[in-house]
Amino acid sequence: MTLLRVESLQKSFGSLNVTRDVTLDVGAGEKHVIIGPNGAGKTSLINQIGGQMTPDGGRVMIDGSDVTRLAPEQRARLGLARTFQKNTLFQRLSVFENVRLGVQARFGNSFDLAQRAAARTDVNARARDVLDLLRLTALAERRVASISYGDQRQLEIAVALAGDPRILLLDEPTSGLSPVETRQLIEIIRALPSHLGILMIEHDMEVVFSLADRITVLYYGEVLASDKPDVVAANERVRDVYLGASF
Amino acid sequence: MGEFVFFLLALAWPFLAGSYGTGLITEALIFAIAAMSLDLLMGYSGLVSFGHAAFFGVGAYALALSGMKLGLNPWLGILVAVMTSALAALIIGYFCVRVSGVAFIMLTLAFAQLLYSAAVKWRGITGGSDGIGGFDRPQIAGLSLNDPIYMYFACLLGFVLSLWLLRRIINSQFGHALVGLRENETRMRALGFSTDRLKLCAFVLSGAFAGFAGALYAIYNSFISPDALSFAQSGMFLLMVVLGGVGSLLGPAIGAAIFLLMKQFVSSHTEHWLAIVGIIFVCCVMFFRSGVYGFLKQWLERGART
Repeated sequence: MTLLRVESLQKSFGSLNVTRDVTLDVGAGEKHVIIGPNGAGKTSLINQIGGQMTPDGGRVMIDGSDVTRLAPEQRARLGLARTFQKNTLFQRLSVFENVRLGVQARFGNSFDLAQRAAARTDVNARARDVLDLLRLTALAERRVASISYGDQRQLEIAVALAGDPRILLLDEPTSGLSPVETRQLIEIIRALPSHLGILMIEHDMEVVFSLADRITVLYYGEVLASDKPDVVAANERVRDVYLGASF
Repeated sequence: MGEFVFFLLALAWPFLAGSYGTGLITEALIFAIAAMSLDLLMGYSGLVSFGHAAFFGVGAYALALSGMKLGLNPWLGILVAVMTSALAALIIGYFCVRVSGVAFIMLTLAFAQLLYSAAVKWRGITGGSDGIGGFDRPQIAGLSLNDPIYMYFACLLGFVLSLWLLRRIINSQFGHALVGLRENETRMRALGFSTDRLKLCAFVLSGAFAGFAGALYAIYNSFISPDALSFAQSGMFLLMVVLGGVGSLLGPAIGAAIFLLMKQFVSSHTEHWLAIVGIIFVCCVMFFRSGVYGFLKQWLERGART
């Protein structure tokens, strides 16, 4: 079943075409990885799917309905969540509060002025569960600014997962991580709920081929190939422009 | 604990300080409510309003006019003032929350100036720059707010009530969402928060409290002029918040008190009192980013540790 569909998406800045006629699908339980050299338009594509950037043409669909004109918050309410390539967290709040806000967005009532947030035990309990899942419980009361970069990358995913999304966009989750931290993060991504449709950008080829159900190669805004990992790895053009001789 | 001591002192104050001191603190309590209302926007939602006098002034004029022109009981007048300010904030906020940063500051300033010139020019209703005076003060069961002591206690009650309500708001899920907005709006939207609606709601609440303060101010002086709507007044509210400590509620309340005390005492020695206030303000921004309240709190915590 297709959760997310991107159809002939177009975006250009002046004469620079960052997205040229991109079409791809993400199904429930699928891990779809986008690869491509720097400047291939990967983050721009994620931004257009998330609603942070408006495409010039084409459509973004969630569950078959067109969301191209919807604001990011409206897409989020349809079950779309994302992380950011550069950590986009609530730096001065605690790790727990970061996740709690994510839970509140979906399960709480942000226009409730009377009841204390601390009294919403259901919201707090879910926030703790998410912290557990991402192995961040020990850091719960720490301010985000005081935890390590690797932990912040993990928290990025925790905050996105807090609202129990169906589609998760991960923009280079392992960027800047050490090999050990990368391996840890991959284990966490592997352990995410199996119904989740995941679209992720990744550079590390080892990670890509160990996780992906499907790979899309972007090259100057264009889809060069989109298929199962072994097929993509065998593709001549992909080998030429990106993977190099080692694959 | 510290707050409880302050509260006891506040209860005893009119009997200790005499009429001059009572009047001074009455005024401080009124401005404290206005400063706290601005802090809800500045400190908690990250929205710097440079037009907060608009709602303060609208509340003051609504109280005066509802008594003078409509013959309304002044108690009801307070309610009308709060609702009128909230309505003004709803209309002004509807436009302002669409922009952010400097544009937000300029837009709030522009709307406040609009109301200011309306108050100056619309002489038939507002009395122009002469203002309106001599309207009834509220009374209940023979206790009239004409008596400075009752006026003081009415303002103290209003202050405590406002502080309590604002704290409840800040501790609610709505309050937490506002803080999220202050910290990272992009992320809030990606999480599914309706950030414009949250901002508008905060703006209206803030305006309502400012209007309440304005109504008390009109009652206290039994007079209101366009000065209450001026951008100098808006600037003073900003000074109070920054002086006291942004994002701490009590800080801006303390800031309001300090500001008024400085105005009283420094201005009796030199007409350049605003220059002194300016220097203190610069020092606050450069060296005590968390204001007087934050400084005191750090100092006390350090003392407790050693």
